[in-house]
Order: sequence, then structure tokens, then C-alpha cells
Amino acid sequence: MSFEPKILGIACNWCTYTGADLAGTTRLKYPQNLRVVRVMCSSRINPSFIFRAFQLGADGVLVGGCHPGDCHYNTGNLYARRRLATTKKILEFAGFEPGRLRVEWISASEGNKFAEVVAEFTAQIRNLGPQAKLKIQE
Amino acid sequence: MSRIGVFVCHCGLNIAKTVRVSELAEFAATLPDVVVARDYKFMCSTPGQEMIQHDIKKYNLDRVIVTACSPLMHENTFRKVIENAGLNQYLLTIVNIREQVSWVTSDIEEGTAKSKALLNGAVYRARLLAPLTSRVIDVNPDVMVIGAGIAGIQAALELANTGKKVYLVEKNSTIGGHMAQFDKTFPTLDCSACILTPKMDNVLQHKNISMLTYCEVTEVKGYVGNFDITIKQKARYVDHSKCNACLACTEKCPGKGISEWDESLVKRKAIYIPFPQAVPQKPIIDKNSCTYFLKGKCRLCEKVCEQKAIDFEQQDSFINVKVGAVIVATGYDLMDTKPLVQYGYGKYPGVYNALEVERLFNSAGPTAGKVTQRDGKEPQSIAILHCIGSRDKNYHEHCSRVCCMYSLKFAHLFKEKTSADVYQFYIDMRAAGKGYEEFYNRLLEENVKFIRGKGARVTQSTEEPGRLIVEAEDTITSKFMKLPVDMVVLSPAIVPRADYKDIARLFNLSTDKQGFFMERHPKIAPLSTMSEGIFIAGVCQGPKDIPDTVAQALGAAAEALTIVVKDKMELEATTAMVNPASCCGCQNCVRVCPYGAPAFNYEKRVSEINEALCKGCGLCASVCPSSAIIARHFTNEQVLAEMEGLMEF
Repeated sequence: MSFEPKILGIACNWCTYTGADLAGTTRLKYPQNLRVVRVMCSSRINPSFIFRAFQLGADGVLVGGCHPGDCHYNTGNLYARRRLATTKKILEFAGFEPGRLRVEWISASEGNKFAEVVAEFTAQIRNLGPQAKLKIQE
Repeated sequence: MSRIGVFVCHCGLNIAKTVRVSELAEFAATLPDVVVARDYKFMCSTPGQEMIQHDIKKYNLDRVIVTACSPLMHENTFRKVIENAGLNQYLLTIVNIREQVSWVTSDIEEGTAKSKALLNGAVYRARLLAPLTSRVIDVNPDVMVIGAGIAGIQAALELANTGKKVYLVEKNSTIGGHMAQFDKTFPTLDCSACILTPKMDNVLQHKNISMLTYCEVTEVKGYVGNFDITIKQKARYVDHSKCNACLACTEKCPGKGISEWDESLVKRKAIYIPFPQAVPQKPIIDKNSCTYFLKGKCRLCEKVCEQKAIDFEQQDSFINVKVGAVIVATGYDLMDTKPLVQYGYGKYPGVYNALEVERLFNSAGPTAGKVTQRDGKEPQSIAILHCIGSRDKNYHEHCSRVCCMYSLKFAHLFKEKTSADVYQFYIDMRAAGKGYEEFYNRLLEENVKFIRGKGARVTQSTEEPGRLIVEAEDTITSKFMKLPVDMVVLSPAIVPRADYKDIARLFNLSTDKQGFFMERHPKIAPLSTMSEGIFIAGVCQGPKDIPDTVAQALGAAAEALTIVVKDKMELEATTAMVNPASCCGCQNCVRVCPYGAPAFNYEKRVSEINEALCKGCGLCASVCPSSAIIARHFTNEQVLAEMEGLMEF
């Protein structure tokens, strides 16, 4: 059987989650490997969520928030941006493929962008193959 | 142990077409703590809702999962359903298998598999949910309307007539907006001023309206029911409390500025009112054209003012206003057509944009309503070019909706006021509105020449100096044509105000690709926004005509009223709280919160969160090094459990 990656998405309610809904409303098709957790703001995302996702067997993690400067909570995504950049550095430092974590700013009107990013990221994770480094083996 | 009921919706075929819904319900029944799982054609219908309520009682459910459309669509519907059955509304979980599954795949295997994973995640999360109590807050009864064009004026009057206090904020020195610049309105050819100026006067006279002209919003704090807004009153250099509107100053003033109101076609004085029916009828001084401000000498206006109203020392001042709801009606700009060099706007004096032409027709305009060109001559032939920069992938994809009709209006008025030949260059004639097709038919009989083809280029005639050549392809005859004319009118794209980004940031509005403010839902919530208590009306939401703008304004007024008519309202209970036992006192939360909700209690050496200020973003919870902050409804445990459930399948 071919490799079907599992991708965890964490999307903010106001921009990326709404943008994902718009992709649906406009009937855009994208790969179904992504499973999205909705949070109110990308700033809610603690780096431990990312590490935990990889421990749980995620082959890739996609984080989506409002465009910097357009955060529903004014400055939340600026903190998220900095924190996720650091998270990526830590993953890289630990010898983990940083390409498995992707952060995108997708607004509520960017259904197209959402579908494109998911398709692109899924293809990228497919190329990287299964993630075993952090996955906790049963 | 919890007792979970899972309700899978088919949404007709919307979901059932690409998700095997009965298999999903059977799968749900095998998940931990699920005591009942059903699927039904329309879960949001009355029988669907009753099924949920019935099962809550029959199976003594303490959690409900509805597997259906996006939570942004029906979360509130189902919250009420379970609340009416005696369950706390926060014990509901929605699984979005429509917008984020069935509509984005055409493969039923994929759709079913993904739905199972999402449902599993929801079950894991639901088991950890806790009942929450909504906060009840006091509501400020006043409303603010931003922008005093026809939308803002109509909304303000409507609200004021219900007895509510309205603050109407306008950045120009007069209210009226674009509609006050027009001479006639399509398709009835009503005199624009005749129908608008009585409303402007009503605003001025209304005891419930506080008119804040020459003002701009600089800061917005607070939340629905309790906005705290700072407004900058720009310096007018005229004390309006003293001015008696005699306008002697404007006669004596030697200063010359470019008239913004007349679309830069003429000059105006440095101390001026924009147009004769301006409201208020009191002048301001434009610092950039005033001789005194430029050269340090003059002050003629001060000498002639018997009221001693001139005040060169006046400074910008700031006003603080508290309101319960806000209507944003900031209107539009015309696209700057200078960058479209092929049309020669700004280069050839014979090329005009639509608003300039509106002013040429207006009896209070620069030519007193006579159609004369910049060279003083009456044009003998005129070409009106539709869709300049709109319906154009290179600039703006959207249709600006009103240009076809106002271009027809222009043609009619040109015919009425001149003996010129009038040509319309159009792509499609869009006349969808009450009386619009009839107006088009009328124009067909007024000897206006219609050429189906977009104007491609405007050049200067080499044979007849001063004349222009319009190049286009007539798509009916498939022939390329070159038409010599005296005057070219461009109907440019309608675009958001140049400062729309500032307004979007102040009021937390999302914008669409073009920059128009986004409604909460394009069909069923067209006037509310993602920011609770902020409503939009008029062209700032998207191009539209005056009747639609007025209808939206009335709708937005009604929406705002639903908030301010109540003394109290419920707010989401999903705020953050501090567990004092594990707070280490680092104050990270205090530093990062954009709303100042956490504060440090120096006596107890712990942070405390003021729930009234908390908006529930969860930022503090994720910067708390000791996990002492709990983001209600999005706790670490809840989020991690959901992730675990999602990754199992």
C-alpha cells in the first residue's frame, strides 16, 4: 500500500479555519490527509502541541493563522510567529526535518490559498516519507 | 465516564454524497463513552433537533456531538438545542464534515475515512469538556456610525428615530458623501441633492444625533456592548461654537487650494465650505493653502469675522466616546486610472473620470451645470468607456455594478445638455435592478450609439489637434475601429477607500481580495462581521447602488439595535483563568495580553484575570511556563486529547 501521510492542522477560528470553510463552500478539492483542530487564535498554540503531534504519529503539522498585522486579537499571531519559528529551529537542531512543520497565514477570504497550501504540503510530506523520529512506538 | 450521543447529519446529499453517513454512525457507536449514535437527513430541522433532545433525556446524555456543517454555521443552533434539553451549551461539540470534508473531496472512501478520524478526535475532546457559565455584561445603549454618506446618514437617522443616541463620525468637513456630489441618480433621474439634503438637514437637527465632522477614529478599545472609542477632531482653525455661518471670511480669503469636492477641476478658497448645501454650513481653514499658514501674513478672515471665530492656534483634539455597537459605512474611492496609461487620463485634458463628470453636470459644480471641457469648449462628440480597471484580471476582477447605469445616465444628460454624439463602449450591459432594463431601453431610443467592445486605447489625433481617438474592437461586427471624439469619460473600478486597512485594523474587520470589508456570511449574515457588535453597510462591503446601500443601512441599524436595545447581554464563557496554586508569578501573561486582562496581585504574588476584559484567545495560556492558566474550552488537555483522537485513524 502506498504511503498516506497523516497531517495535523491547527487553524485559528477567524482566518484560516474560515478560509478552510470557504474552500469547501466554493467546492475546491484538496487531499484528505489533513485533520484540523480549531483554536481561537494561533497564539494558543504551545510548542508542546507540535511536539506532541509528532509523538502521536503526525507526518506533518500545518499551522494556520491570520496574516501578521491582521490578527483578530491584535497581536496574537505575532507571538505565534516568533514562537513557531523557534519551534522549527529546535526541531532542526534535534535533527528533525523542519519541513514537516509549516506555518501559513491564510485569511478568511483565501479559500484558494488554503486548498493550494494543503495540496502542496501533502505532496511535500509524501516525499519526505513516514515520520518515525519522534513517533512513540507502541 | 461520560455519556455521549453522536448525531450524524446527511445534509441532504451535501454530506451523504461523499461520506457514508450510516457507516459513520455505526463507527461512532463503537467509540468510548458513546451510548447512542444516529444519522439523520437534516439534523438542523425540527425533527432532527427533537431527536437530539429526546435522546438527551432517554439516554441521560451529558455530551452531544453533532457531525454536520461548520461550527461557524450551526454551533449556536445546536447549543440552544441542548440547552433547552437541560444540558450546558458548552458540552456540545461540532464535527465539521461538510465544509472541511464532503465538499472538498469527490472520493467517498477518503471522505468517510477522514470523517471517522475527525469524529474520533471529537469524542476524545468531548469527554474532557466542562460546563461553563456565560458572562452577563451591561450594554451601553448608544451607537456609533462611521462615515456620513448616504449609508451612514440613513443608519444614523433610523437609530436616532428609535430614541437611541447616535454618534455620526465623518472625516470630511461636511456630511453627504459621494451622493452629494452627484447631479442626478439613475434610473429615475431624481435630483440627488433634492433627496439627500433633507436627510442631511434631519441629521443636523436631530436631537439624538451627535454629528462629528472633520473627525477620525484613532483608537477602539473594549468589546461588544462596551466599545471605548477615541476620535480625533482635526483642527478646523474656526471655532464652530462661535461661527454664525455668514461666510464673509470665504469671500475675502485670497488663498487658493484645489477643490477636493469638485474632483480637482477648480480651485477653492483656503477657508471654505465644500459646497453650498454643506452640513454643517461652517467653514474650515485648509492649512496647506492658507496664506497665513504658508507665509505668516494675511489673517484677512480674522479681520472680517465679527464673531471672532477664527482661531489660528487651534490644535487637533481628542474625544472619547463609549458605545454599545458600531456601524462602519466608509464608502469607496474610484480607482486611480493614471497608471492605466493607455487611456491617457491625466495626460490628455479631454479624458475625464466619472466623478469629474458628475461635477460637470451639477449646477453647484465648477461649470454651474454646463458641459464644457477643460478648454472651455462644449464637446461635439463624447465616448464613454465602461469597465476601466474592473472586470479586468490585470487590475480588479470584480464588476463595479453601477457603472453601466451611471454611464447610461451620463449619456442621457449629455444628450440633454449638449448636441454631442454620444458613444458607449461596453463589454456587457448590466441592467439588473428595478427599472434599469427599462432605462436602458429608453437610452436605446435617445440616439446614443452603443458599441459592444471595451475601449482599448485613447490617443491624440495627429490630424485634428486636441481631438482624441478611441480604439476598440466592435465585437458584434468583429471589426477594429478608431473613433475620433472631443471628450472621453472613463468609468473606473470602484475600490475601497485608500485608508481601508486602517479602518479594518481599528475595528478588527476582515477584508476580501479587493479590500472590501467581509461580512460574517455572504448570504445569511451580510451586515454583521466577525467582530461582534460591528456592522457594515454600503459600498465599503462591496459595490452597490443607492437603493441597496439604503437597504443595507436600514438593516445594519436594525442589527445594531438588537444589541443596544437590551440592558444586558451574554458573552462567550470561553475565557482564561489562573490556578493560583501553580502560578509562579512570572507575569508573562500580564506582558503579552493585548487587552490588559491579567493583572498581578502583589499581595498574593499571583496573576489574576479580569474576565470582563478577556476575549478568550488563549495567548496567556500558551506563554504560562507553569501551565497555571487554563484557557476554558481550549485547555491543554482538551486540545491534546483531540489531537490524539485525530491521529489514531
